[in-house]
Amino acid sequence: MAVARKEQELVVSVSPHIRSEETVARIMWTVSLSLLPAFVMGVYYFGPRAIFVTALCIVGSLFSEWLVQKMTSRPVTISDGSAFLTGLLLGMNMPATAPFYIPLVSSFVAVAIAKQLFGGLGYNIFNPALVGRAFALITWPRAMTTWIEPSAAFVGMDAKTTATPLGLLKEEGMNRLLEVFGDRITLYTQLLIGHRAGSLGEVSVIAILLGAGFLLIKRYITWHIPVSYLATVAVLAWVFGGKEGLFTGDPLVHLLSGGLMLGAWYMATDYVTCPSVRKGQILFGIGCGFLTMLIRLKAGYPEGVMFAILLMNCLTPLIDRNLKSRVFGERKEAKK
Amino acid sequence: MELPEEKISYLQLIKNGIFKENTIFRLVISLCPSIAVTNSIRNGFLLGVAVLFVQTMVNTTVGLLRHFIHPRIRIPIFMLIISGWVSVVDMLMAAYAREAYKEIGLYIQIIVAFASILARAEMFASKHRVDYSFFDGLGSGLGFLIALVIISFFRELLGRGTLLGYPIVHAKPLLIMVMPTGGFLVVGLLMGFFNWIDIRFYGGKGAGGAGGH
Repeated sequence: MAVARKEQELVVSVSPHIRSEETVARIMWTVSLSLLPAFVMGVYYFGPRAIFVTALCIVGSLFSEWLVQKMTSRPVTISDGSAFLTGLLLGMNMPATAPFYIPLVSSFVAVAIAKQLFGGLGYNIFNPALVGRAFALITWPRAMTTWIEPSAAFVGMDAKTTATPLGLLKEEGMNRLLEVFGDRITLYTQLLIGHRAGSLGEVSVIAILLGAGFLLIKRYITWHIPVSYLATVAVLAWVFGGKEGLFTGDPLVHLLSGGLMLGAWYMATDYVTCPSVRKGQILFGIGCGFLTMLIRLKAGYPEGVMFAILLMNCLTPLIDRNLKSRVFGERKEAKK
Repeated sequence: MELPEEKISYLQLIKNGIFKENTIFRLVISLCPSIAVTNSIRNGFLLGVAVLFVQTMVNTTVGLLRHFIHPRIRIPIFMLIISGWVSVVDMLMAAYAREAYKEIGLYIQIIVAFASILARAEMFASKHRVDYSFFDGLGSGLGFLIALVIISFFRELLGRGTLLGYPIVHAKPLLIMVMPTGGFLVVGLLMGFFNWIDIRFYGGKGAGGAGGH
């Protein structure tokens, strides 16, 4: 697994070399740590139930990893943190009201089927956490789309159900959304802080950006995928998002709502399932953005980040193979 | 161009169709019907029976007529034979199994295009004696039928909580299992399971032992 490095920096030195301190485990645990702010915001808005759901996902993931590796007599690698991260991301993609069997079953699907049956870490085609969530969404459509209103206090026991901003936007339009939130500025601030209905880890954009910024500084992720992804979404939302014709959409609402931020910074940048060529990463981001907006604006679901990333995951090998830079010094193959 | 044929036992041919060259789990062809109609055991079973009948009759017919079919136009001729027998099944079902016909009628007609039927006719029946062709068709059709019943058993149990329409499980069923997605999941997992059995207990040489050819 490659750690993102500065490009065009080729240091040639004589041995002995100092080995990099980065290991798979270190990266996985750091990424998990960087998700902490977003998770804390989720718990703050949706109460202890959010901890319960996420904990079940993590336990389910770790157990599935252990079980499959025991059954296939491979070395057990639950301490490398990759199953923990999958569980954490899956949990953060669930509504806090999910009944207990949803996290357990979908984390099993995520780790046992989408990851271990494909050969384990590094061999999976699809992002395991997203496969788990897609399975849950298709299997329990009602439970997975019942959102509760965020309540800052820890009393969310009789929480009201409500629609997500994207759901409102899709079903009833921009004006209704403004009615609910007040004016545009309030809408943007609320979305930025995360005071809205949604999956428990996706609501707070600012907390996600905080974690993502940390990863960028550590160079665990690069800007290519998220930035091209977000830019594509913004442009398409501006051009096609409005009801009154072209160029009347509101890109900020589309950028700040739904699972876009979590998806763009944490899911699309998964080392295993995204292209490793820089040009390919930009193409991957554009593709994700295009598919996301296609689903958001034209398809049956209000949110399309999950399916967009999964679909682009299929294309990753193709992108990598076709955009690999040529090795210099090789002779060109004669044309047949 | 008839070569003196070596002896093949009928049982071997049937076992070959069910295990070693199972249409779905081994050859991995005709997956479309195996996913489209297997959301209940009844539908899976009926389509399996229809395919069993068509496969056997097509193999027999091709086996009988193989000396009269010019090799250059054999594929169109096979298609004519197949569509003839499919029409027979189609009309029979329309007359005697109205209800099921409404649900899977389309897939009955589509049997014409099943890769497995043409494959057996081309690979086996056009090169072998008529009795061998008959048993090959029987085995291959039985393999398909069994595969469909196994797949639809799991899908109906998990996706609706029923078996043959009778409620078995009183929990919330997994909706994904009655959708095509679930069909792919079940087929893939079963295929893996049978491969595992094959490797674990038979040393990976084909579960039916050394079958036909």
